[in-house]
Amino acid sequence: MRYSGLKVIKEALTGHKGWRPTWRDPEPKKSYDVVIIGGGGHGLATAYYLAKNHNITNVAVIEKGWIGGGNVGRNTTIIRSNYLLDGNEPFYELSLQLWEGLEQDFNYNAMVSQRGILNLVHTDAQRDAARRRGNAMILNGSDAELLDTDGVRSMYPFLNFNDARFPIKGGLLHRRGGTVRHDAVAWGYARGADLRGVDIIQNCEVTGFKIENGKCLGVETTKGFIGANKVASCVAGSSSRVMEKAGMRLPIESHVLQAFVSEGLKPVLDGVITFGAGHFYCSQSDKGGLVFGGDLDMYNSYAQRGNLPVVEDVMEGGMALIPALGRVRMLRSWGGIMDMSMDGSPFIDKTHIDGLYFNGGWCYGGFKATPASGWCYAHLLATDTPHKVATAYRLDRFRRGCMIDEKGQGAQPNLH
Amino acid sequence: MIINHPILGPRDSQEFTYLGDAALIDRPDWQAEGAADQFHDYLYLRDNPAGEHRELWFHEQGDRSWLVVTRNTVTHEILNVELARDVARARGRSK
Repeated sequence: MRYSGLKVIKEALTGHKGWRPTWRDPEPKKSYDVVIIGGGGHGLATAYYLAKNHNITNVAVIEKGWIGGGNVGRNTTIIRSNYLLDGNEPFYELSLQLWEGLEQDFNYNAMVSQRGILNLVHTDAQRDAARRRGNAMILNGSDAELLDTDGVRSMYPFLNFNDARFPIKGGLLHRRGGTVRHDAVAWGYARGADLRGVDIIQNCEVTGFKIENGKCLGVETTKGFIGANKVASCVAGSSSRVMEKAGMRLPIESHVLQAFVSEGLKPVLDGVITFGAGHFYCSQSDKGGLVFGGDLDMYNSYAQRGNLPVVEDVMEGGMALIPALGRVRMLRSWGGIMDMSMDGSPFIDKTHIDGLYFNGGWCYGGFKATPASGWCYAHLLATDTPHKVATAYRLDRFRRGCMIDEKGQGAQPNLH
Repeated sequence: MIINHPILGPRDSQEFTYLGDAALIDRPDWQAEGAADQFHDYLYLRDNPAGEHRELWFHEQGDRSWLVVTRNTVTHEILNVELARDVARARGRSK
């Protein structure tokens, strides 16, 4: 399906009866060069960049449900490049640069909006940490500005600046960060991959791997066996369940993370703000709803719903930061399942099984990573060497003592 | 979620903090052959099942006991609650 201004006008005048499906719905072939398990943002981006950057088009994306029905449709749509550590920041900076060119690249409106992210600080120590982080970001080619209280006040005068416990002392502003229309990311990558010949196979669950003499020969699915030279798992949230079928135990726990959206309001918040004294962040969607996120429910979960204590905790954080929120009604909440890794950082790596590759462990941060994750995973699949910004994302990094622990929490997944 | 504490009866899960898989009770012997590998697996690898999961909860806002809770990670249903002390002793630990 290709789009043009002329087509839009024609369809508007003829009752929108001529639109065709955006991607094909093929039956699986007997075998492929690459089979990608998981039709989420990362899997579809991987297929897209395999075809576009590496000219590998004999590729299938196998999805248990419908594409974009998992975490790419269940996040808070934020993109940013504001990490501290060398193993992470170049990767996320590449991702943000890809976001900046994404819509032109795949010719699809993903509503990329660089509206800025402001991380508030409430103590002198937090200001020092923000300055250090900002310097690390700038050294890696990203952007950061340290604002004082008046700088924050000029942007968001309605915040609670004089809270007795957590007065706002300033903030670290990352102007290139922002939000993206999340579903359109999945659809844009799916369309781009499909146009280049990738088969997107929905409602097809992988039930096992065919592994002989240490080599992965393909996957067993609900639509039969599909052979592959390379099998690429890309199912963050369910990584442990899928890789268990290949006999692997992962440095990952699955946890539920909730998010919330309010009734639609007139424009009140034109950027993204994060509370530095509790787990709360907020932006306003283009439909007008305020979108909130908070902390994990903290216990292992595969249920795509959480419990009320976290709802209360997030709302308390919101009220502490924006007292006017007390008059806003919450409309919806939802939960997504996170691969929480042991150091809070992801994996893009080969496994010990020849021909079987793994991408996962994205913790809270999978959405913003989507373009670079696909870019680097495609690079790994095509060349068998890690992309230069993803060399740290190895499965054996715990054994080598090379953890990438942004928060310094140690091997406790729910604290990252 | 309501956790049915073996001593205190039904308690709100908000009173507890969560550690993780109850396999953490089985700390490897540091003098064993291959202890480095065992500690790597103990510290960093998890079964992470979808379904029944035995896990450690700490009654931080209560009697500060450690519990082994058997819970379904798909439905959040709590199936069994034991004192971690009893579980550890049954597995040959001294405390």
